[in-house]
Amino acid sequence: MNITEKQQEIIDEFSIYDDWMEKYEYIIELGKELEAFPEDKRTDDRLIEGCQSRVWLSTDVQNGNMHFRADSDAIITKGIIGLLIRVLNGETPETVAKSELFFIQEIGLQEHLSPTRANGLLSMVKRMKMDALKASTELNKN
Amino acid sequence: MTEGTKIPFSVREIRQQFPALRQTIYGKNLIYFDNGATSQKPQVVLDAINRYYSKDNANIHRGVHFMSQKATTEFEEARISIQKYLNARKSEEIIFTKGTTDGINLVAFSFGELLNEGDEILITAMEHHSNIVPWQMLCERKKLVLKVAPINSKGELIEEEFDKLLSKRTKLVAVTHISNTLGTINPVKELARKAHAVGSKILVDGAQSIQHMKVDVRDLDCDFYVFSSHKVFGPTGIGVLYGKEDILDRMPPYQGGGDMIAKVTFEKTTYNELPHKFEAGTPHIAGGICLGEAIRFLNSQDIEAIQRHEKELAHYAQDMLDTFEGVRIIGEAKQKTSVVSFVVDKLHPFDIGTLLDKQGIAVRTGHHCTQPLMDFFKIPGTVRASFAFYNTKEEIDTFIAAVEKSIAILK
Repeated sequence: MNITEKQQEIIDEFSIYDDWMEKYEYIIELGKELEAFPEDKRTDDRLIEGCQSRVWLSTDVQNGNMHFRADSDAIITKGIIGLLIRVLNGETPETVAKSELFFIQEIGLQEHLSPTRANGLLSMVKRMKMDALKASTELNKN
Repeated sequence: MTEGTKIPFSVREIRQQFPALRQTIYGKNLIYFDNGATSQKPQVVLDAINRYYSKDNANIHRGVHFMSQKATTEFEEARISIQKYLNARKSEEIIFTKGTTDGINLVAFSFGELLNEGDEILITAMEHHSNIVPWQMLCERKKLVLKVAPINSKGELIEEEFDKLLSKRTKLVAVTHISNTLGTINPVKELARKAHAVGSKILVDGAQSIQHMKVDVRDLDCDFYVFSSHKVFGPTGIGVLYGKEDILDRMPPYQGGGDMIAKVTFEKTTYNELPHKFEAGTPHIAGGICLGEAIRFLNSQDIEAIQRHEKELAHYAQDMLDTFEGVRIIGEAKQKTSVVSFVVDKLHPFDIGTLLDKQGIAVRTGHHCTQPLMDFFKIPGTVRASFAFYNTKEEIDTFIAAVEKSIAILK
């Protein structure tokens, strides 16, 4: 499944919910299911301080593909992190760096990635793309 | 309306005057519990905004033409309405600012110019960032010392500690009248007496007080009192600094520009008199006029009945929240206004606030621009419901049910 198909799959999943609370219940479930963040990676340089919630991001490159792990102190933020990771993990650095995350708008969660919400998510996405850009430069060097 | 005649308080009737309350959010009736952040506007203020821009719009103080004189009169009448409402001695003591933050920065800059190395500023541990940072900047600029009076676990100022920090070196006490996060009402009249006893001045941050109680600056005997229009049912972008005339007279201007000058030559400029000395450039004319309208609206209300109603709402909400397991109220001062801040065990305020929003309820979550206070309570933030006179018990019932539902989903 490519990055566009993965995003479309999420849009389809959310299309069954017509009530905001149901949508958020699903996001909260995703937040609870998010892979545990390794404690040794919970360092200040991986912390993205938001005004409302905090986010930790750890980036690895595995077999030439991006592999992100992330966490937040707020469960809704964690749920959205889960979606972002599902879309971006396993993609090449170039794909991540150039990715258009259209699914966020489509499922109505754009407020969480607006600069005013300040939950750390917008900065996290920026950092994910920066890390991908760095990885892509590294890979091209070799 | 003449002084003394008040409209009997009825929450149903008062709600009718606030059109913003009559709307649905995500298909639910809006419940607006974010009054500590900003208040909604009554129809009289909305009409005044419309009237000003439709008919009276002109620049003030300099024009000889009819419209300019009318706008000037209305702007200066607003100043007089505010002066009377605060019981200031003179309208010259009412300076229009951009808001509370601007007023504090004005004092920090301009009064700060009168201070010398080693002088002390005393604040409290419950201040909003806007009553912390301007003083830190001043202390850095003038090599002053910032002292912070601690609070107890209920969120009350520890007066004995305040007394210990107060000394002949203290030149200004800057204290909030009411904490925006906790709702604590500080005994500012008593603090003013103590400050004056050591020769210090006192600034009262009134951002959270004037909409909830009668404020009499002469009775409080504060040297400065600052507030924002938008929290007292007026427009955004304007506020007031009250200052005692003799102190304002001694203070140098804050910003240079038009309106604040007496005579300008390239060699030397002399400054205008109060209040214009501190009002450089074209002010927010519509804002000033409409704030005057908001203050007259407030003055026509029965403030004591409003206070009783707001207190009842806060008690009711707090009692209901107390029945939930894992809910902790942050801020349990004996003297408290209509703010209920709380945290829920193991749950993040942001999550609760987001779910309340989706149920049509506007609350504020986060650190409320009081990060040192959050550090004191060792929490990342709170959920804050802040009530105004147009809120109802029925709204609180809906809110409580929504909190219960949110907790159930998040646990």
